[in-house]
Amino acid sequence: MGMTLAEKILANGAGLTEVKPNQLIKVKTDVVLGNDITAPVAINEFNKLGVKDVFDKEKIMLVPDHFVPAKDIQSAQLSKQMRDFAREKEIKHYFEVGDMGIEHVLLPEKGLVLPGDIVIGADSHTCTYGALGAFATGVGSTDMAAAMATGETWFKVPESIKLHYHGKLNPYVGGKDLILHTIGQLGVDGARYMAMEFVGDTIRQLSMDNRFTMSNMAIEAGAKVGLIEPDEITLHYVRERAKRPYQLFLSDYDAKYAMEYEFDVTKIEPTVAFPHSPENTRPISEVGNVWIDQAVIGSCTNGRIEDLRAAAKVLSEGKVNSNVRLIIFPGTQSIYLQAMKEGLIEVFINAGAVVSTPTCGPCLGGHMGILAKGERAISTTNRNFVGRMGHPESEVYLSSPYVAAASAVLGRIASPEEVLGVIKKGEVA
Amino acid sequence: MKLEGYVWKYGHDIDTDVIIPARYLNSTSPKELAIHCMEDLDTTFAKKVQIGDIIVAGKNFGCGSSREHAPLSIKAAGVSCVIAESFARIFYRNSINIGLPILESKEAAEDISEGDRLEIELETGLIHNLTKKVTYQATPFPEFMQELIKVGGLIPYTKRSIVNA
Repeated sequence: MGMTLAEKILANGAGLTEVKPNQLIKVKTDVVLGNDITAPVAINEFNKLGVKDVFDKEKIMLVPDHFVPAKDIQSAQLSKQMRDFAREKEIKHYFEVGDMGIEHVLLPEKGLVLPGDIVIGADSHTCTYGALGAFATGVGSTDMAAAMATGETWFKVPESIKLHYHGKLNPYVGGKDLILHTIGQLGVDGARYMAMEFVGDTIRQLSMDNRFTMSNMAIEAGAKVGLIEPDEITLHYVRERAKRPYQLFLSDYDAKYAMEYEFDVTKIEPTVAFPHSPENTRPISEVGNVWIDQAVIGSCTNGRIEDLRAAAKVLSEGKVNSNVRLIIFPGTQSIYLQAMKEGLIEVFINAGAVVSTPTCGPCLGGHMGILAKGERAISTTNRNFVGRMGHPESEVYLSSPYVAAASAVLGRIASPEEVLGVIKKGEVA
Repeated sequence: MKLEGYVWKYGHDIDTDVIIPARYLNSTSPKELAIHCMEDLDTTFAKKVQIGDIIVAGKNFGCGSSREHAPLSIKAAGVSCVIAESFARIFYRNSINIGLPILESKEAAEDISEGDRLEIELETGLIHNLTKKVTYQATPFPEFMQELIKVGGLIPYTKRSIVNA
């Protein structure tokens, strides 16, 4: 019996010729990741183990990105605890403010996560790296602590589900719309404990930025990982970044999937998730009149250069509505610089947006754009749970950068077509 | 080990953002986190929860963020066990790793009401509803996880294996 992509990577990491769903295995970790919220808890647990050193100084990645630049004294203490630990243990990949970015944008960009890797991160959106063909999944701080000491972790081999996407994307539709639509169909626990594998001609045409967006939100369907088989697009991205060898795994033709889904993407519109769950999706044509107070563009989901280009395209045609605050945060320093070189930052500022240093801040209601009671935001982030971006009586709507930017211009949730005009089939968006 | 307590009943897809909102994640102290446990879902919980009380919820409990602060806050609030129809996978792992007892049972999750008094035998997974005079059987843990639970979580387990190595 053949194996799925997930099973192949896990078998390799476990040193086995074959693994089967539900089997409990111990695997070697290629990357162990933590941030300024989760790493301090992990460090406290690590210190209880009584070991002096981490298993490998080059395989642990510590990225302060949630509450930095430190938003208050307590957050400053947490960052300091992580910084001190990184210095004491001589962790090679610690990224200080000025060098850091949002972890899941930063690590692939630096070539620190590569195809075939097994990655655990004390952050649920670690599944982002599935877009590279890496088995990457979120864990808690205690799992991170144990792996920092041993370089190993345990997994239950997940069942795999295959999601086929066929056809040419409609104008202004991208990875975010595909994944929101998918979560709307499957529900927030539709892939619970499972490995999602995104396949089909649409996926093969998608850029890496759009693929990262899809894999990033696999956790929002409850999945353990959101995988895409590596291809020429992956290799083009990885080749110039990789500083160590990597392995390409593909699913076997006779691999067994627990479920298969088919999506005709020509029927998918720009998609919006209504409060308070990523599964409450509606096509843009059925959104109705929803006024907004704030728009947020960025995050580990949509803070990459193509996302900023999409936002700039809209904001070149219209200024931010006087009733709206638009906050844009590039994912990393190098994306920020690239956006400057391309003139995107100038477009944003001229349009009346604020541009922030890379941070997870507003996405999780940490800082840099918290909502007041009764306020409403459209956001390119990944969760719209109760109180996610601030007051428990505020609301978050999730969308792509195109929709968020168009909404910022019009003051209500809007289709990019309302700002940029209708594109007929065959024309390039 | 026997656990006994009154039930706090919640619905499906209870996410870790409502269990412990991010605005409190600038602390790692379980005691401080416990003060805000479940705050965005139920403002009465942290004020009224008694040592030994039990949370019973629907499917996908603990979905969303990987923050271990969520099971830590529940444990520090005095909750002795969480019973759910199903758990989100990171929350499930985290609970076992930090030694917060959890049990999966669709039947129990559906039948138990707010305020019921339960007695739980962790080893067998038997949940006795003392109010309704019914017993439910929770899904047993795989052997490896039973071992983790027995030694008190992942840190004692890892410590032991490091010493043995």
